[in-house]
Amino acid sequence: MLAREVLEELVRVLGRENVLTEQEDLLTYAYDATAAMKHHKPDVVVAPLSTEQVADVVKIALRYHVPIYTRGSGTNLSGGTIPVEGGMVLSMLHLNKILEVDQDNLTATVQPGVIIQALNDEAAKHGLLYPPDPGTVTTATMGGSVSECSGGLRGLKYGVTKHYIMGLQMVLANGEVTRWGGKTVKNVTGYDLVALFTGAEGTLGIITEIIVKLIPAPEARKSMLAVFDDVDKAGRAIAAIIRNKVIPATLEILDNVTIQTVENFVHAGLPMDAEAVLLCEVDGYKEVVQREAVLVERIMKEEGAVQLKIAKDDKERDLLWLARRSALPALAQKRPTTVLEDATVPRSKIPDMLKAIRRIATKYNLQIATFGHAGDGNLHPTIITDERDAEEMKRVHLAVDEIFETALALGGTLSGEHGIGIAKMKYLNREFGEAGVAALKRIKEALDPNYLLNPGKIVRRD
Amino acid sequence: MSVYDSLDSITEELHKCMKCGNCMAVCPIYKETRQEVGVARGKISLAEYILSGETEMTKGMGDRFSLCTTCMACNTNCPCGVRFDKIILAARAEAVRKKGLQSAKKIAFTALKMQRVFDFGMKAGSIFQGIALKNIPNRHSKLARMRVDVGIGKEKVFPMLSKKTLRSEFPEVIKVKTPKMRVGFFTGCMINYFYTDIGRAVIAVLRENDIEVVIPKSQACCGIPASVNGDVVSARTLAKRNLRAFERMGADALVVACSSGGTAWKHVFGELLENDHELKALADKWAKKSYDISEFLIHQVPFKKEGLGRVARKVTYHEPCHLNRGQGISKEPREILKSIPGVELIEMKEPGRCCGMAGSFSLVHPDLSGQISDRKTADIQTTKTDTVATGCPACRLQLQSGVENAGFDEEVLHTVQILAESYRVGRKN
Repeated sequence: MLAREVLEELVRVLGRENVLTEQEDLLTYAYDATAAMKHHKPDVVVAPLSTEQVADVVKIALRYHVPIYTRGSGTNLSGGTIPVEGGMVLSMLHLNKILEVDQDNLTATVQPGVIIQALNDEAAKHGLLYPPDPGTVTTATMGGSVSECSGGLRGLKYGVTKHYIMGLQMVLANGEVTRWGGKTVKNVTGYDLVALFTGAEGTLGIITEIIVKLIPAPEARKSMLAVFDDVDKAGRAIAAIIRNKVIPATLEILDNVTIQTVENFVHAGLPMDAEAVLLCEVDGYKEVVQREAVLVERIMKEEGAVQLKIAKDDKERDLLWLARRSALPALAQKRPTTVLEDATVPRSKIPDMLKAIRRIATKYNLQIATFGHAGDGNLHPTIITDERDAEEMKRVHLAVDEIFETALALGGTLSGEHGIGIAKMKYLNREFGEAGVAALKRIKEALDPNYLLNPGKIVRRD
Repeated sequence: MSVYDSLDSITEELHKCMKCGNCMAVCPIYKETRQEVGVARGKISLAEYILSGETEMTKGMGDRFSLCTTCMACNTNCPCGVRFDKIILAARAEAVRKKGLQSAKKIAFTALKMQRVFDFGMKAGSIFQGIALKNIPNRHSKLARMRVDVGIGKEKVFPMLSKKTLRSEFPEVIKVKTPKMRVGFFTGCMINYFYTDIGRAVIAVLRENDIEVVIPKSQACCGIPASVNGDVVSARTLAKRNLRAFERMGADALVVACSSGGTAWKHVFGELLENDHELKALADKWAKKSYDISEFLIHQVPFKKEGLGRVARKVTYHEPCHLNRGQGISKEPREILKSIPGVELIEMKEPGRCCGMAGSFSLVHPDLSGQISDRKTADIQTTKTDTVATGCPACRLQLQSGVENAGFDEEVLHTVQILAESYRVGRKN
């Protein structure tokens, strides 16, 4: 429980209606989208309307040692917004304005509570595009997306969130308001703190304004679907496409378990015995798309695709993508709990990773379906289970451990796009060693010595 | 076990939710409040905490569960197939069992149950409404606004109560020369007391198609306002009364021109009476032959195209949630509109987005309801049409209110009224 004077001061700054203290409201900020995670109720939820209010709230929190859990839509998959130490949830959803789309500098300036899709809709009016497209594009906020450095389907060609963040306004843990970066392409003034704050999961500062890079929206696109009877052949096809200097906008893979589940769910016409399906989309100028599509088609055939479908128009394109879009819903409806991982490997190791995951599924007697962004090595092994079954959940945790071990052994990383949060904190040592984790901690303590911001995430306090 | 009897009945439904938050993308309430408790995921969590015993049902919980227009947009956007409409009904019924009805609703629902008192109240209302309501000059219909704020704001525009109820205007059986069918017409309260023009249009169109219309005098309120707010006892009483009223008169089919009424006959009566074998069988029998008027005209009659006169209207169509998502009827009203000579159908952005009326929701949360309505009104205005068609009298009320407050000239009609207009013009020629 917070002292009464803390609440009074918060109300004085934010107004009664933007300070939630009733149990019935607080309980709804105790969780986020992460599966099988313990929930924690905050003591208060506040929703500021301006950067100044954010700064004032931080100063109050600092004075009374109240932990701050900054939150957007709460769609992350790492426990990143769960208020593990109680205290305050800082909802950024009222800061939801698109301040500017600058067509001359190809930038947009937005507040952190803007939904990603809203920015894209605005950019589209000017023929521009903000490429990062996580699965939660219609619900996640820009602030959350920058804090988690979310990825998405277009990572292979267009990169991820961090490649589009040019400037940030930050409220620091001492309540000071600072600006980093800006609209210039080049900027080497001081340390690159824009890069540091992007993906920091709200542990180093609070984002109150974001300048993003926009690109001209591609003129044309073409999609195709290739079916393989062997995972290795699919892997070789991925490598061959890249080796031939074609960089598709998206290159996705579905494994056999996913294919069977999806097929039972939507009847998209996929062969049930297929070992892998690759979905590929090239985009750009019409002429380039034409040339690349032919090339990709030839490569798929050469590498042994047993079936190939090419979309003639947007309607056919939607049909091809139906299978991929339905992957998560189909899996989610099979059993109540869906543990979605994002261990990532160099793309050449995709076949090894797929086979390892299958071995792990057999070893622990679990249903694991794998799909994901094959083109950038970011797979989503998805364990479908039921968190009420304690015995099975034990096996789930062992399997997750082993998936991480495998990814690291193959030269990969713990997390491609979901972040560390609480969920993967205990594995950090394995990737960085003790010296690496200690360095992260020193950065945390330099910027937030009192562990005020999102405490209990990424690094642990001694 | 039905959702109306126990919170346990939704345990599996709750477990399906993986907290992804996709419901946030479509929830009309969340779009306005941006508070987690406004969206399905928030209320699902509350229901889970109650079921697990972590917290108990409080009056405050009941208030939070009232934050839903039951528009079912979250159902359709849910990757896990969670039926949130069931969850909210169960949660509200539980709130009423544990904490009782909010007093304003209690008075209203008791009145709905006592048909004669209600009739008198409404009729007396039509005589005395001038005291509370102020007429608004409007080209299209008789509208009024509250003179004093009784807690629902003075913004809302109401249709004037009709001098004569629809059911007193017509005999119980309306004969035609060579009837090809005998159809029961369930009027619902809004059409009986306020929008008698919709009722007259339904009757005219059915007669035009050689259908005998039966309007049992003893029919009652559909009970949806009670059942969605957790007043299961009232809802059951009304369901029984309606089933008996129509069973007594008999008919080949039953039509409604109101999306709540349609939902009641097709789904809710059977669910409410699940534990009573005899009544359940009766409810199922009538559910099978219950139709929304547009569905009935397209698939069962099908309505005659000869004799349709020219109606010069630019029309945009608003989808009532309980007709579109609730009953899967979306193409039919458009098909009717397109078949009318002179009607140009221009789609608005997001025609399926909730208008924010949601029955008593708009009385309990007038500000929120108004904000949701403003978005709809803006979408209508950009179509540059002269008419909004819809399939539900409650939506019609909300849309009229929105259009009136925004101050542009747009007539709001039920689809069947435009069809009746076309037949009328056709007869004159």
